[in-house]
Amino acid sequence: MCQTKQTRLAAAAIFIAVVLGVQGAEKEKSDTTLSLGEVTVTAVRPQTEVIPAQKLSGKDLERLNSNSVADALRYFSGVQVKDYGGVGGIKTVNIRSMGTNHTGVVYDGIELGNAQNGQIDLGQFSLDNVEAISLYNGQKSDILQPARDFGSAGSIYIRTKTPRFNNGETFHARAGVRFGSFDLLNPSALLELRLSDHVNASLSAEWINSSGKYKFRYRRVNPAGELAYDTTAVRQNGDINATRIECNLNGTLEAGEWHLKVYNYNSERGVPGAIVNNVWRRGERIWDNNSFAQGSYTSTFGNFTTLNNLKYSFYRTHYVNNDDKQIKVDNLYRQRELYFSTANELMVRRWWRLSASYDFMWNTLDADMYGFARPDRTTNLISLATALNFARVKAQGSILGTFIHDRLRGQQAPPDRHVFTPAVYASFQPARSRDFLLRAFFKKSFRMPTFNDLYYADMGNSKLNPEKVTQYNFGAIYTHTSSTSFIAEGRLSADAYYNRVSDKIVAYPKGQQFRWTMLNLGLVDIRGVDVSGLVTVRPARELFLTLRAQYTFQRAIDVTNPADNYYRDQIPYIPRHSGSAVVNATWRQWNLNYSFIYVGERYNQQENIRYNYTQPWYTSDISVSRDINIGKVGLRVLLEVNNLLSQDYDVILNYPMPKRNWRTTITVNI
Amino acid sequence: MKKATLLTTIALTITIAGCREDETVIPTEYETISGLASPGTGIAGLYLINEGNMGSNKCTIDWLDFENGVYARNFYAERNPEVVKELGDVGNDIALYGSKLYAVINCSHKVEVMDAHSGKRIGQVDIPNCRYIRFHRGKAYVSSYVGPVLVDPNAPKGAIYQIDTLSLSITGQVTVGYQPEEMEIAGDSLYVANSGGYRAPDYDNTLSVVDLNELRQVRQIPVGINLHRVRRDAEGKLWVSSRGNHISEPSRLMVLEKNVRTGDMEVTDTISVACSNMAIYGDRLYAISASQDEAGNNGTNVSYAVIDTKTRTLIADNFITDGTERRIAVPYGIAVHPATGDIYLTDAKNYVSSGTLYCFTPEGNMRWSVRTGDIPSAICFLPTGSQQ
Repeated sequence: MCQTKQTRLAAAAIFIAVVLGVQGAEKEKSDTTLSLGEVTVTAVRPQTEVIPAQKLSGKDLERLNSNSVADALRYFSGVQVKDYGGVGGIKTVNIRSMGTNHTGVVYDGIELGNAQNGQIDLGQFSLDNVEAISLYNGQKSDILQPARDFGSAGSIYIRTKTPRFNNGETFHARAGVRFGSFDLLNPSALLELRLSDHVNASLSAEWINSSGKYKFRYRRVNPAGELAYDTTAVRQNGDINATRIECNLNGTLEAGEWHLKVYNYNSERGVPGAIVNNVWRRGERIWDNNSFAQGSYTSTFGNFTTLNNLKYSFYRTHYVNNDDKQIKVDNLYRQRELYFSTANELMVRRWWRLSASYDFMWNTLDADMYGFARPDRTTNLISLATALNFARVKAQGSILGTFIHDRLRGQQAPPDRHVFTPAVYASFQPARSRDFLLRAFFKKSFRMPTFNDLYYADMGNSKLNPEKVTQYNFGAIYTHTSSTSFIAEGRLSADAYYNRVSDKIVAYPKGQQFRWTMLNLGLVDIRGVDVSGLVTVRPARELFLTLRAQYTFQRAIDVTNPADNYYRDQIPYIPRHSGSAVVNATWRQWNLNYSFIYVGERYNQQENIRYNYTQPWYTSDISVSRDINIGKVGLRVLLEVNNLLSQDYDVILNYPMPKRNWRTTITVNI
Repeated sequence: MKKATLLTTIALTITIAGCREDETVIPTEYETISGLASPGTGIAGLYLINEGNMGSNKCTIDWLDFENGVYARNFYAERNPEVVKELGDVGNDIALYGSKLYAVINCSHKVEVMDAHSGKRIGQVDIPNCRYIRFHRGKAYVSSYVGPVLVDPNAPKGAIYQIDTLSLSITGQVTVGYQPEEMEIAGDSLYVANSGGYRAPDYDNTLSVVDLNELRQVRQIPVGINLHRVRRDAEGKLWVSSRGNHISEPSRLMVLEKNVRTGDMEVTDTISVACSNMAIYGDRLYAISASQDEAGNNGTNVSYAVIDTKTRTLIADNFITDGTERRIAVPYGIAVHPATGDIYLTDAKNYVSSGTLYCFTPEGNMRWSVRTGDIPSAICFLPTGSQQ
């Protein structure tokens, strides 16, 4: 299908030599390729999740004005994104107020780890090659999964695009370039090759370059309403220069499949820092070089299915503070992780399945700092789970055992730890119709103190206990689909939950010279409601309108100690009310998307007093795209305007967000 | 139908939770405290600086009015609404000289100068990483962690900046030891406690002597590691606190006296009392200390010692006598009322929430307490007579 389009491709996808290079090689190979049936790489087992995920995928994901995975997660209920602003700013995700460290992030089947600080910067994961993002409260309620996947209090699954070839197709290529505000230049390319009937490969590469400069404004009035000050400045030291390269090999077997992936992310970033009086520029910089290789193999033999994963990752972080006015810092951190998992499931009856998983994980952190303990951690995880599937009732139960052993250089290591955490998931269909389902779960989980919590020079506390979370959730979902009626699709779900975080790890002052330590000192009581809905209508033959909305209520209060000033106050940066709405209209080749995000009032410190009050923020983003097909070449042009009303807001205190900004994306598909 | 429900939900959300309003400069909060009013002592009031946690830009100044018995929280912003991003990030010291009030704002790299009575801003002096301020003959001396970048750019020595208090311009600068902290003036000499806090574990251990006539460092006296505070008592002795290294070397107090033969200060005594802050009143030195027990347990080691400066002996383990210390998490700032001898003590709590200011009688009974800003630290008293 591709040979004749050579010239057009060259004209359209000009800048990526890789694409053109491999394209040449492809030509020879495709001459000899036999046309065979469609190769789809999907799970061989039926869908068995008890409680489905909130999910954004395919076109829905492309249409949202999102830079990164973190931006897209703002459209999920129960999620708060901490955003320090800009293209290179750190973005972390907190699910249902339990804390960033309780969020597991799974990238193509294997969880991403960061033993150093337990946080994954989701701003680093661009949406360029992402097929779907799913959010599970508690765990993914599927019993065939690595033991580690049973461990998080909330899980985000990122799935990258997997090649799918139609009859006769031998390759796909896509090239795109995105540019816009902040001097953004972001070319990307994807090449998918059908190597044989059973094996395909993909190569995805991306380069992001941005000065990170944007205007922000601080305006204050006095209580009488008169202008006190109004100043606009340009954000400095927020630049980023990053590359991402990802190679995949996927294969299908008679009753299974295998995947191999090599990933590298390399970046240099400025850390823009807090804007405070008399300080408008800082000198911190970070170089990240994160690589991993992972492989998975799954196969079904009669009633038995096995899923095996292997991963090795190496993260190198170089942090420098060049500010002449401050202490000079130049530290290099190296993290390694070796991971192996085997998950095995037995179908005893058609309605009853059992699974057992074993994971082994080895983590180490090295830093060129004075007195650094160079910790290394061995974790063994064992899970047992069972699933029952009846016509109207689905239930799953699991128990996870985690066994942790730390070693330190030149210091006494803390004693070994083991923790057992159970989870129960159930859904019930009360009526004959499958449209309405009730669901509930109970889950206990914990997070280990990170290497920073335990061993960071001066500040760490090796006596820390794991931070524990208990979750109770009850909800309902109503789904309506019809290909004939005015309402083509409708979905409404609501969940109420109660979470309790105990032994919360908090930084506590040591009393002298601004020295802090980490303590298990915190008890948080969280009650919330998540509501989300989607409706697609077809008012005219070729016009589709989709409305997607979600609302989150969270009362997350600190109940640690009645003597504290902030006893029973809402914890920092958790709004009581937040929500989003997206309206999408598709007409022929045109697509119009409007999205609105609302985050209610919050407090930036523990005490809910006026001085810590942070105003609500809400932004409107709008995008228009047009698909143009020239023969077999697909061209898409997308124009986005973000923060349309140019609201001046901080997500995090003193980290101003950009005013109105725009972006254009041009993508060519072959 | 469902669409309508969803739209209603969104509309409701916004109505309930509210929209953005104009951001206001946070007004001063006034609180009347019973038992506070004590006119006629010659002291009009006190200023307290709240450091605010680093990066929060929440340094504030509170004003306590002895004449009217009123406590004014967050005094600066309302009086100076035009100052962009308010007072600044991490206040470290506050002092009065003549008719002006000086606030040293560490992470905003400036000394803010205000009118002593109205709190109206007069100007600012930019000094990088500034720490403490003292005055002598019309000049202010400000210690700074970073002096000019000399030989080793990664370990710059600290400096003392000289400011003319009339023109508010920097008139001189002298390099001292590493990361200098408090200073004290005796005669025409400035004594500077060098901490070397950026060089841990290789802390500095010297007290710099600066000749103020020539603005030149004349000597460095070895005293103890990681020096912090330096105060002069009625007899002219210097009391210098060492913070120790937080591991093997404990915090303690050193005494320096003038050697009659050489005329130079030298260490004559070491007192094993932990000291993170102190105040001298007459012959009494109040030393407070708060340190986390290094084993990482949840308890904090707190002490409220009283030392007789004449005999250099510990005369009381705890100057609080009514049990109030049980309510205090991290004693942080201390000052003594020049006329009444009342002890003013602050509790910094967890550094990220409001602190408390306590007032004790000289006998150690609490008179009153009041909520402050975040991390209340340094205090200065405004005499009644200093009105122009």
